[in-house]
Formats: sequence, C-alpha cells, structure tokens
Amino acid sequence: MTETPPEGGGKVENPRQGGDYAPSVAARVAVWHKAGGIAVPLLTTLLAFFIGGLVVLATTGKNPLTTYKAIFEGSGLNWFLEVGSYEIGIPWTESRVWFPWDTSFNSFAALNLQQTLIVYVSLVLTGLAVAFAFRCGMFNIGGQGQYLVGAIVAVWIGSELPGLPGLLHILVAIVAGALSGAVFAGIAGFLKATVGAHEVISTIMLNYVALWVGVFLFGLGGPLQNDNVGGESVPVSNDVLEESKLNVFWGDPLLQGLHVGFFVALAALVVYWITLNRTTLGYEVRAVGFNPEAARYGGISVARNYVLAMAISGTFAGLAGTLDILGWQFRLNTNDIFISSIGFVGIAVALLGRNTAIGVALSGLLFAALLVGTSTRNLDPEIFRPELASNLTLLIQGLVVLFVGADVLILYLFGIRRRARQRQART
Amino acid sequence: MIERLLARLPRGARAVAVGGIVAGLAAFWVALPPLHLRTPIPSILIGLAALALGGYAISRGVKRLGWGAVVAGVAGIGLGYLATRSSVDHLDQVVVWSALFAAMLRYATPLAFAAMGGIFSERSGVTNIGLEGMMLSGAFFGIFAADKLSSWPLGLAAAALSGALFALVHAFFAIHLRADQIVGGFAINFLALGVTGYLFIDTYAGEGTPPDVPEIPDVHLSFLEGWYFVGPILGQLNLMIWLAFATVLLSWLVLFKTPIGLRLRAVGEHPRAADTVGISVYRTRYAAVVLSGALAALGGAYLSIGFVNSFNQNMTAGRGFIALAVVICGNWRPFQAAAFALLFGFSSALAQRLPAYSESAAVLFQALPYVLTLIAVAGVIGRSIPPAAVGRPYKKQ
Repeated sequence: MTETPPEGGGKVENPRQGGDYAPSVAARVAVWHKAGGIAVPLLTTLLAFFIGGLVVLATTGKNPLTTYKAIFEGSGLNWFLEVGSYEIGIPWTESRVWFPWDTSFNSFAALNLQQTLIVYVSLVLTGLAVAFAFRCGMFNIGGQGQYLVGAIVAVWIGSELPGLPGLLHILVAIVAGALSGAVFAGIAGFLKATVGAHEVISTIMLNYVALWVGVFLFGLGGPLQNDNVGGESVPVSNDVLEESKLNVFWGDPLLQGLHVGFFVALAALVVYWITLNRTTLGYEVRAVGFNPEAARYGGISVARNYVLAMAISGTFAGLAGTLDILGWQFRLNTNDIFISSIGFVGIAVALLGRNTAIGVALSGLLFAALLVGTSTRNLDPEIFRPELASNLTLLIQGLVVLFVGADVLILYLFGIRRRARQRQART
Repeated sequence: MIERLLARLPRGARAVAVGGIVAGLAAFWVALPPLHLRTPIPSILIGLAALALGGYAISRGVKRLGWGAVVAGVAGIGLGYLATRSSVDHLDQVVVWSALFAAMLRYATPLAFAAMGGIFSERSGVTNIGLEGMMLSGAFFGIFAADKLSSWPLGLAAAALSGALFALVHAFFAIHLRADQIVGGFAINFLALGVTGYLFIDTYAGEGTPPDVPEIPDVHLSFLEGWYFVGPILGQLNLMIWLAFATVLLSWLVLFKTPIGLRLRAVGEHPRAADTVGISVYRTRYAAVVLSGALAALGGAYLSIGFVNSFNQNMTAGRGFIALAVVICGNWRPFQAAAFALLFGFSSALAQRLPAYSESAAVLFQALPYVLTLIAVAGVIGRSIPPAAVGRPYKKQ
C-alpha cells in the first residue's frame, strides 16, 4: 500500500496570504545559501581575478586582459574553441571517426591542455581529500603530507618488485599508495577521535613529518636514494620500472601526454558523490559534520566517523601522489618534495568548489589552468614573465580562499541593500 | 622577592624527580666534550641513578616528572654509550657547546618572536594560522625597505607594518565578517607568498637581493670576552636576539601582570562575560591580532636582515608553523613557549652539525619539532589546553 502524496508535491501554501506570501526567515536563508552556492564562488573568482588584474596593471603597466589571455592560451583551454573537422581513433580498433577538435600531434593547444589535465588529476583528488573531511566538519590541511606519502610509497613500490606483471604492479602500487595516505591521515583522525587533538594542528605537523621523511629517504645517503652508477651525489629516487608506468592515452608519452589516471580522477568524483549522498556512511559523515552532538544523540559514533572520514580523505590524497608518480613524474627528488604544493592548492579547490563533487570538478579545472598557464613552459615570456605570473597565481589563490571563507560578507552586503531599501520605504 | 622565587622551587618527591632528569642528562654529558670519557661505565652508573630517582618519585605519586626522569635515564645511558663508541674527532667536530648554543639562539629568535605574536592572538580568541605568511612578509618588506631606504631600523619598521597590515586583513575577516579563522589565516599564507614573491621578482628580477643591504648590527659585549663558555655565546649576538629576550619578558608582564593582559585573556576565555563587564571584545581582538602580525613580521625581518642577509621566495619555509607548534607546546604561556623555541632552535642547530656523522640522519632531526608537537597535542607530555574561545567568532548582542 502506498500513500498518495498530497497534491502539489507536498508544498503547503500559506492559507492566510494565499499564493503570494513572504518566505520565512529559514526559507530566505536557504535561498541565500542556494544562490550563494553558485553566486559566491563566481563572484569570488571574478573579484580575485579583478584584483590580480589591478596588480598586473599597477606593477607592470601591461594590459591585464592580454596577460589573462596569454595564461588562458598557455593552459591549452583554447583547444576547445578551435572547432574544426578532425578525426579521432577509437580505442582497440583501427577505425577513425569524425571529431570536432584537433587531436593530432601538431596542435600546440592540445599539448598544453594535456599538461593542464595532468595537473587537474592531482588537483581534483587533493581537492576531494579536503572536501570529504570538510563534510565531516574537519579541516584537513594535511593533503600535502598525504599526497607526499602516497608519492613516496608509489616510488618505492614502482621501482622495486621487478618481474611482477605490469597491470598487477600498477594495481599494487596504487592500492599501497592510497592506503598509505589513508593511514597517514587516519593518525590525525584518530588523535581527534581519542584525545580531541585539533586536526588542523596535527595535519600541519604531519605535513612536515612527511616532507622530512621524504627528504631523508631520497636525500644523499638516504635508504631509497638512487643506485645509478655515479649518482651518489644526486638526491633523487630510482625511476619507477617501465612496466609500472601508466598508459598515456592522449599525446606523446615522451612529451608528457595525458595518462589514464585522468579517468581515475573522474571516477573519484563519482565515488565521492555516491559515498556522500547515497550511502549510510556518507549520511553519518554529513550528520557529524552538521552537528556532532546531535549525531551522537542520534546514535552515530562520532569518533568512528572522524577516523573514517580522515582515512577516506587520505585515500584521495594518497591516490593523487601515486598517480602523479606512475603517470608522469616517475621519480621524486628532494627539491620536488620541498617545492610541491599541490595539496595546499587542493584546499583552495575544495573551498571554491563548496565541497561538492561538481564544484571540485569545476574549480579544479580553474586552478589547474592557472597553474599550468603560468608555468615557465607554457606562458609566453614576451607577454608576461612566468616567474611573476606564477606568483600572481598564488595571489589569486589567496584572494579566492579569503573571500570564499567569508560568506557572511555576502549576507552582510545583502543586509546593507535590504536595510537601504527599508530606509527608502520609510521615508 | 628571592624568598618567593625559592618558594616556587620543587620540593620533596618533585625535587627528586627533577634531580633524576638532570642526572639522566648528565649521563649523556659525561661522554661528550670537554670531558669525553671513553668508557661507558660512568654513563651507565649515573643513568641508573636517574632511573632510581625516577622510580622513587613515581612511587611517591609524582608520575609525570618521575617518568620523565626514567626516560632521561634510559636515553642518557643509550646516548652516552653511543658517544663512547664514536670517534673523538667526530665528537669534537659536532659538539662544540658554545657554537651549538649560539646557533640555538639564532634559530630560536624568529620562532620566539612569532610565537609571542601567536600567544597574543590566540589568547584573545583568534586562531592565527597566518603566522607563516606574516613572517614571510616581514622578511621581504624588512629587506626591501632596508635596501631602498638604506636603513635597517626603517626596514624593521616596514616589516612590522607589513605584518600588521596582513594581520589587519585577517582580523577583519575573522572578527567583523566572522569568517572561518583557519580558512582566513590560510588565505593570508597564500597571499603573503604571492605578494612577496611577486614584488621580489618584480624589483630584483630574479638576481636576488643586493649584498650591501644594511643589516641589523651585532651587539659586542667586550667585557664578556674572557669568560669561559659564556663569552663565546653571548659576546657577539645580534641585536634582535636580545630584543627577543626582552619581547618574551614583556609579553609575560603584559599578559599576566597588567589589567590589559587580564582583559585580553578574559576576551579569549569568555567573550560574553568580558563584554558584559564593559570590555570591547572587538577592539581587544583587533589589537591582539595586529600586534601578533607585527611580532611575527619582526621575526621574519630578523631572518632576512639579521641572519642570512638576503631574501628568497618562501624563505621562512615553515618556520611560522613551527612557531605555532611552539605556542601549543608552550601551553600559550610566554616562558614555556620560549623554552620550546630554544629546544626547537637547538634541534635545528644540531641538525646543521650532525652531517659529520650521517648526512641523511641529520635530516630527520628537522622533523623533531613536528613530532614533539604531535606528541604534545596527543596529551602524552602534559595536556595542552587552548584558550576556551579560540577560533570562535563573537557576535555582539
């Protein structure tokens, strides 16, 4: 027996005012949140780019739009704009079909776009790592450390175990890398669940532990330093074995084409959405995120969810490190470990993406394009110096994070407008 | 005065436990220069004494200090034994006490400045993850102003001002807009990295800062020259190191001995109550955060124009986060924090010298502050209890 829902899909109209009634406060806040869900990130991004443009104008006197256009072209996103009539091969067959974009080797835009998408893979995953913990009410600043641990384990497994069949080797490396990230992040979750240590502090500290352990392992005289002949003075790991490298499905493997890890990142987005919105685990995680006390009262183990949410976060970040190693870096040197900041950019990705799957997918693309578009390899130095531009990227990232954190700013502005209207109405 | 200080000394079992810790350290010390005894027997005997003292203290109910003595005793025996096995040459090369202590003071100074800033901010109830960025801005604007205006005092002033400005942004978002303080502080780190990097490349075009930038001078105390041990450490220290000592003392005085400090702490513990008795929560928090930015920036300026005399992109390299660790380990108290700054400074100084033994193992020493902080927040050595209202925005009614 099924009950028929009331007419109008359960919506109850306010009987006193008929159809045209003022929404309740709660409803208004909900609308703001909904509008804020799209409007705030967009406004934030525009504002950040606007300020960045002012900086360009003030310091170099160059037209910011020309600079942004150069960055856009450096990122390869203009590939999508150059629509024409091309052909593309269908995997595992000899046949070729019509395709609107140029996939041949002589498209510069395609080369650049491959780089952007390579960075996109790790940004989506580190973004999800931050976002998942956020949904459980935790701020995972440790994405960088978890990323590094995943990368370290991937280098180790990828360069050892010779003779293992290719696919199995890759699988072992990926599982081990992701698990190590999970365990590493789990430490912070465990500390929060058991002794109440704030996860921000513990993940910051774990970041640096991972960094120095990496430097120790691959540094001069370290246990995992390369065993190349004459390589004693180079602080770098061994290369991962040929059979454990990921397949490149777009572009030239020798020119850093796009590896199949791209599909792993896309799958991770789907897994993230399903886990959060369609499983008991996700329900509990979100309940704890909304209000731990209420969740506890409702019979949910808060401690268990803290540990699990951190471990899942760490899995995403560890996966990012693993895919970077197996997909295009193939080795780690100590300088990479010092310089790498993918995990931190992941925070900006998650914040701008509002911790949703679709949001992370979009903001990940924005930041990947910014990072690659301002790199020395891709930005035209005639138009803007890449060293300057990469700092401009940092600036824009900072502004985005700053503004996104202040939803109240938007509500505040709404408030000013409403008050002004009321004042007008009164006079 | 002296009687009051004496009254604070540990007594009874506590004194025994402290004696045990000292004995544990001594067990290691006898095997090092200048004594370097070549047999492990004295180390073992003194270490056993430390164990006995610790055991006695534990049996009398002084658990924490007693276990500290036991750990010190075991570590003293182990390290003392290792030291007797290593060659005298190596030992003499690594353990030059006066140089180690001088280096410790140099490394601890930026941490101490930033940590005092962190204490002010967090005691008023505003988390400051942005210490790193404020330090970095101090490092850049310090050397930038010192270079352009050819004067180090103006460099220091510009550094403090830049840190205060970044802190003001953080304060506005944290206090007035009630944004998440961790997100805001994190944004400050990104912003400072971008701004300093951008201006650095824009002004110095990747060639680095010029070598003839005016530096913060050293203080020569010539009367100390002949003194054994103290002379080489304190005889020629940078002005900022002495200022760091003064800052720690002043911070303690202000926070715990003045009405201002009482108000500041009240705002951080229970803002509503403070508001009720007429303390302006917003104004107090603004002042504390801005002060914290200025202090952190002074620490950064010491790095660029007092210590290494150049600037590089991201030159603070996580020191702001170590300062945060210092604040937490030091339980939000100036003297305890200063002690941890010294400890972390010592581990850096040691890491710089240990490569004589093993280059790779020395690197692991750099991770020590972070591991210690993890242990501290896990509540293994003492419980670190933050101010009650830290990180929570306050809304006036």
